[in-house]
Amino acid sequence: MSGFGTLAKVLALSFIRDKTAVFFTILFPLMFLVLFGVLFTDHGTSKAHVVQVGEVTVLDQLPQTAKTDLKGSLSVTKESGPLQPQLRKVRDGDYDAVVSEKDNQLAVYYSEADQVRSATVRGVLESVVQSANIAASGNVPRYGLNTHRVEDKSIQPIQYQTPGLLGWAISMSAVFGASLTLVEWRRRKVLRRLQLAPVSLAAVITARVGVSIAIALVQGVIFVGIALLPAFGLQLTGDWWLAIPLIICATLAFFAIGLLAGSFAKSAEGASGISNLIVLPMAFLSGAFFPLDSAPAWLRSLSEVFPLKHLVDSMRNVFVRSADLATILPDAALLLAFAAVAGAIAVKLFRWDDV
Amino acid sequence: MRVPVNGSTQTIEANDIAKSYGSVKAVDGVSLSVSEGEFFGILGPNGAGKTTTLEILEGLRQPDRGRATLFGLPVWPRNLKLLPRIGVQLQASAFFERLTAREQIRTFASLYGVKTAKADAMLETVGLADQADTRTERLSGGQTQRLSLACTLVHDPELVFLDEPTAALDPQARRNLWDLLRGINSSGRTVVLTTHYMDEAETLCDRVAIMDAGKILRVDAPAVLMRDLHRAVHVSVAHGTISLEAAAELPGAAQVSDDGVSLTISTTQPAVLLTELVQRQSLTDLQVKGPTLEDVFLELTGREYRA
Ligand SMILES: Nc1ncnc2c1ncn2[C@@H]1O[C@H](COP(=O)(O)OP(=O)(O)O)[C@@H](O)[C@H]1O
Ligand SMILES: [Mg+2]
Repeated sequence: MSGFGTLAKVLALSFIRDKTAVFFTILFPLMFLVLFGVLFTDHGTSKAHVVQVGEVTVLDQLPQTAKTDLKGSLSVTKESGPLQPQLRKVRDGDYDAVVSEKDNQLAVYYSEADQVRSATVRGVLESVVQSANIAASGNVPRYGLNTHRVEDKSIQPIQYQTPGLLGWAISMSAVFGASLTLVEWRRRKVLRRLQLAPVSLAAVITARVGVSIAIALVQGVIFVGIALLPAFGLQLTGDWWLAIPLIICATLAFFAIGLLAGSFAKSAEGASGISNLIVLPMAFLSGAFFPLDSAPAWLRSLSEVFPLKHLVDSMRNVFVRSADLATILPDAALLLAFAAVAGAIAVKLFRWDDV
Repeated sequence: MRVPVNGSTQTIEANDIAKSYGSVKAVDGVSLSVSEGEFFGILGPNGAGKTTTLEILEGLRQPDRGRATLFGLPVWPRNLKLLPRIGVQLQASAFFERLTAREQIRTFASLYGVKTAKADAMLETVGLADQADTRTERLSGGQTQRLSLACTLVHDPELVFLDEPTAALDPQARRNLWDLLRGINSSGRTVVLTTHYMDEAETLCDRVAIMDAGKILRVDAPAVLMRDLHRAVHVSVAHGTISLEAAAELPGAAQVSDDGVSLTISTTQPAVLLTELVQRQSLTDLQVKGPTLEDVFLELTGREYRA
C-alpha cells in the first residue's frame, strides 16, 4: 500500500517531537502509578490504636504468643489517671478506642466515626475476653481456627493497579492520537493535500493505526518495566505475554473511538474535549482506578459497553489469576468487534475537508 | 505558448461547471479550456469563485452540475491515475506538523515515489537549501510559499495549479516567485494560476479569465483585453496644476479624480485632451497611461475593482 510507510514515519516523528503528547502518554500515567503505590501499599495505617487506662487483667496477663498476634491488629498504649481526657482523644480521632476494667468487666469506648476500625477493635477485644474466659474455666479449647489466603502470597495491589492504569494510559493515547491527527490534518489542509497525492484513504488510516499500536506497546513495556522494579513489586507469572495481543485489540477499538470523535470535532480543542468526555468516564466506569464491585448493578452492566472494561478485566485475569488464552479470548473478540463496528461508522463519516 | 493542434484533447476542459454553498453561487456555469504549455490566469476579487473553480478542476470537489476533464480524463470521482500528472499548490499551504523543510519535501517526494536526491535538488532550486533543517513553522512567508511550490513540483507534474501563490508576500518576494513561475512554464508545463493582482495576471499569463460572482466574464490575452477597450487613457498632471472643475470642463475628459498628489483625467480622446493641456501649459509632471486590467474589470462589471 503506497504511502503507508511514509505517513507512518511522519506520524512517529511528529509524535516524538510533541512534548505534550509524550508527557501525557508516558509520564502522566507513571505519576499515577507512583501515587497509587503510595496510597494503597501503606499497611501500617490499617492498625487500630487503643488506649488502656489503668490495669486491664485480660490484656496484661495475655500469653506471649497471643500478645504478638494481637500486635498485628492493635497497638495498645498504656495510660494511668482519669478516663475523661482519654475519651476526648477518641472523640477527636487521635485514638480508635479506650479500654478500662472494673470488677472483671471490660469497658470499651469507641467512636463510630471510623466504623471499620471500631468494629475491628470490638471484635479483637471480644475474642480476647472469650479466650480469657475459657482459660479461666480450665477447659482446653475444643475448636480451633486456621485462616488461609487463596491467592499466591505474592499478590499485591500492584497486580491489580498495573492493568488498570496501563489500560487507561493506552486508551487515552489511542483516542487522543486518532482524533487530534484527524482534526489537525484536516484543519491544516494536510488531508486535502493527501487527497491530491496518489495515496489511498486506507493508507492514511492504517499508518495512523500502526503508529498508535506501536505507541501502546511502548507504553506497555515502559509501564510494566517500571512496575517490575522492587519499589513497586509487580510479578509476571504464567502467560503474561497475553497482554500484548489484548493491548493490540484494545488499541484498535480506542482508535476507532478517536476517529469518530475526530469526525465530529472541528478544532483541536473540540477534539480534546470530546476525547476527554469519552476517556474519563470510561476509565472510572471500567474500574481502571478502583474496583467497581460496590457499584450498582446497572452501572456495572453499562460498563460492559466500554472497550476499556474488557481490556482491564482481561489483563487483570492475566496478571492476577494467570489466565490462559482460552479465558481471554471472549474479551479479545469483543474488543475486535467493537473496533470493526465503530471503525466502519468512522470511515463512513470520514471527510477530507471541513466542507 | 503553444498553439493546440486541432482535434487533440485540451489539457483542461470544463463544461458549464457550477457549485453552490447554500444560496451562494460560488461557481455559476463556468466553461473553459486550457491547452498544453499555456500559462492561464484566473483573475478576480476575493469571493469571485476562483478557489472553488480550481477545486473542481483538481477533482477535490464534486460540481453540482457540469463536467471537467484533465488530459481528457474525468476528474471526478478521485482518480489515482490522474493525480501524479498534476501538481497543486493550495491557497493555504499544507504542511505536516513539526517537520523540517527537508523532511516535508522528502515526505511528499516519497508519496509520489520520487527519489530523495530529487527532493533535495528541488529544495535547492527554490533557494531553500540553507533552511533545510528549519521547522516549517519558523519559515518566513516567502520561504513558506517557495517550499510549498517545491512540494507541488517535486514529482514533475505536467499540469500545475497555483491558488494565489503570491498573496501576502512583500513586493521583492513576489518578484522572485514570478521568476520561478515563469521558469516552470518555460520548461513546458501547463500552469493555471489564480490571483487578485492585476499586474501579476498581466505579466505572467498568456491568457486571463476575468471572473466575478461565480462567472467568467471574458477570456483573452491581457494585451487583447486592453486593446479592445476603446476608452480610458489616463492622463495625469501634478496636483494644483489645474482645478478639478476646470479639468472636468476640458474637451474629451470623461472622468476626473484627484488624490492630492496628482490629478488624473480619463479620456477616450487623448489627442484632443493633450492638445488642450498644451495650450493651457498645464503639463507639470505629465504622465500618460494606457488602459489597465482594472479598466477592463470596470468595463465588464460596471464596478471599481477591489481585491
Ligand atoms: N466551503 C465553503 N462553504 C461555504 N461557502 C463557501 C465555501 N467556499 C467558498 N464559499 C463561498 O463561495 C464564494 C466563492 O469563494 P472562493 O471560491 O473561495 O472565491 P475566491 O477564491 O475567488 O476568493 C464566496 O462567496 C465564498 O464565501
Ligand atoms: Mg481563493
